[in-house]
Amino acid sequence: MVSSKQSDEHWRSALAPYLALVPLFVVVVVFYLGTMAWSIGISFTGSKMLPVANFVGFAQYQRLFSEARWLFALRNIAFFGAAFMVSCLVAGFLLAVFLDQKVRGEGVLRSIFLFPYALSFIVTGLVWQWILNPGFGIQQAMRSLGWSDFTFSWITDQSLAIFAVAIAAFWQGSGLIMVVMLAGLRGVDTELWKAAKIDGIPTWRVYWSIVLPILRPTIATAVVLLAIGVVKAYDVVVAMTQGGPGIATDVPAKFIMDFLFQRQNIGLAMAGSTIMLLIVLILLIPYLHSQYFKQESRH
Amino acid sequence: MSEDSTFSWGRLGIYAVLIAAAAFYLLPLYVMVVTSLKTMPEIRDGNLFALPHAPSLDAWRKAWTTACTGLACDGIQVGFRNSVNIVLPSVLVSIFVGALNGYALVFWNPRGGVWLFCALLVGAFVPYQVFIYPLTKMLAATGLFKTLSGLVFVHTIFGMPIMTMLFRNYFSSLPVELFNAARVDGAGFLAIFFQVMLPLSTPIIIVAVIMQVTGIWNDFLFGLVFGSGEGVPMTVQLNNIVNSTTGEREYNVNMAATILTSLVPLVVYLMSGKYFVRGIAAGAVKG
Repeated sequence: MVSSKQSDEHWRSALAPYLALVPLFVVVVVFYLGTMAWSIGISFTGSKMLPVANFVGFAQYQRLFSEARWLFALRNIAFFGAAFMVSCLVAGFLLAVFLDQKVRGEGVLRSIFLFPYALSFIVTGLVWQWILNPGFGIQQAMRSLGWSDFTFSWITDQSLAIFAVAIAAFWQGSGLIMVVMLAGLRGVDTELWKAAKIDGIPTWRVYWSIVLPILRPTIATAVVLLAIGVVKAYDVVVAMTQGGPGIATDVPAKFIMDFLFQRQNIGLAMAGSTIMLLIVLILLIPYLHSQYFKQESRH
Repeated sequence: MSEDSTFSWGRLGIYAVLIAAAAFYLLPLYVMVVTSLKTMPEIRDGNLFALPHAPSLDAWRKAWTTACTGLACDGIQVGFRNSVNIVLPSVLVSIFVGALNGYALVFWNPRGGVWLFCALLVGAFVPYQVFIYPLTKMLAATGLFKTLSGLVFVHTIFGMPIMTMLFRNYFSSLPVELFNAARVDGAGFLAIFFQVMLPLSTPIIIVAVIMQVTGIWNDFLFGLVFGSGEGVPMTVQLNNIVNSTTGEREYNVNMAATILTSLVPLVVYLMSGKYFVRGIAAGAVKG
């Protein structure tokens, strides 16, 4: 028989983990799911300056998608995302491959490629704003060296400014992708390289046909990381161009912040954040699903 | 065999590419440092990449003590103090909570724990714009809006997903026999946490500290929304200094302020070396 003291103790230790998880539970339910539900709810109301409860159906969404600025922000995030993700993946992979050739000073080079990742996007945005500023940065420097026709003014060009922002984001984030890829490459079986050498397969061929497919999970991780960064892009735009020239570098996150805190149209802003939420969930669910199943099978 | 010569040409190519890449990554840092040491006339007439004629620390002094951020002209040192006051408690609390959560989830296997964890992951991935407005309302209702404690609170609750994830993964890699042995010895929930698990957690705590210090120091969005006029972090002050529309743009002061703002994460990065890489790899693999 279990004595009453023992069962008391048993009860206490069974309860303790639940008590310890109460803050987590509250944060998840109130601050994540609760605020999220509230935001989605408000997107179906006619809230302007203050949140109100008059249900208007999809009117805010209709207005949102008739706002030229929102459509431009979506277009920009697609351009920015494509440029940023492709450049980070290609450069990250190539740098990792080059670093993986038993080079001297690997540690120093790795640190140099990665250090921008330690910096705030505010810092990154400001520095690149100066370097790309045509009256002051690279263009001016090249002209003063004698190339008087040299032109590099993406940041002031309506159609190219979003790619100037992508350069700054690339500088900040590509080192991280290099590290992820390098970790992936180091996990490739060394026997594979020996076998490929014996068979006389050219190195680039091995990378292209064998190593890249092996790295698929690593690349998936890198893609998810980059994609989340793209959807969250805000700081770098504020620091670099403040959305300009005009609305040339506006992004959904900035659109929402402006309509929340300056333009006082909460309903519209919340419709925008609900769309962003949907995009993230569509990107994330397959990834979490695969991660989650992997973890389950390990137990 | 001709392979020898192609081999060395290949090596040369590898180094050429790596050195060119290194130059690209270092260039902005070089521009920051060089410009911060120049005078304004020299900047206006000269070349962005040229070395300063007579290096001077005047711009640094001005950035630190008298540069104007909005209405106040006390330099970026105010923001530095704010950032320190925000980072210290946020880092301590979020790591402690994350470690406790990870420990409870892994070893005590509470019912519904997996669901709770999955819901928590939402906080790590969803854009903060989804949460921000209702959060400002909640903090306003409790009097925490635009206070330092409010900002610390926000950093703590949004640090929980990544910290819980980090410690959950770490604790799952420890042998469960450790936990079982402590239980057989009669140790309770908190005793096992403080006497067995935390002492074993040094490597992951280092990683967590690096991630949180750099992450919270570099934050802009939360500081902007939840910080008060004088209580804003350094990143917000820096943006105010640089993007203020009054007067001539003092590039040397701006760049000195930029370097000052990035000093803490840079020092953390340089001092922690391989831990930083490990932390990023660990954080990267799981999100």
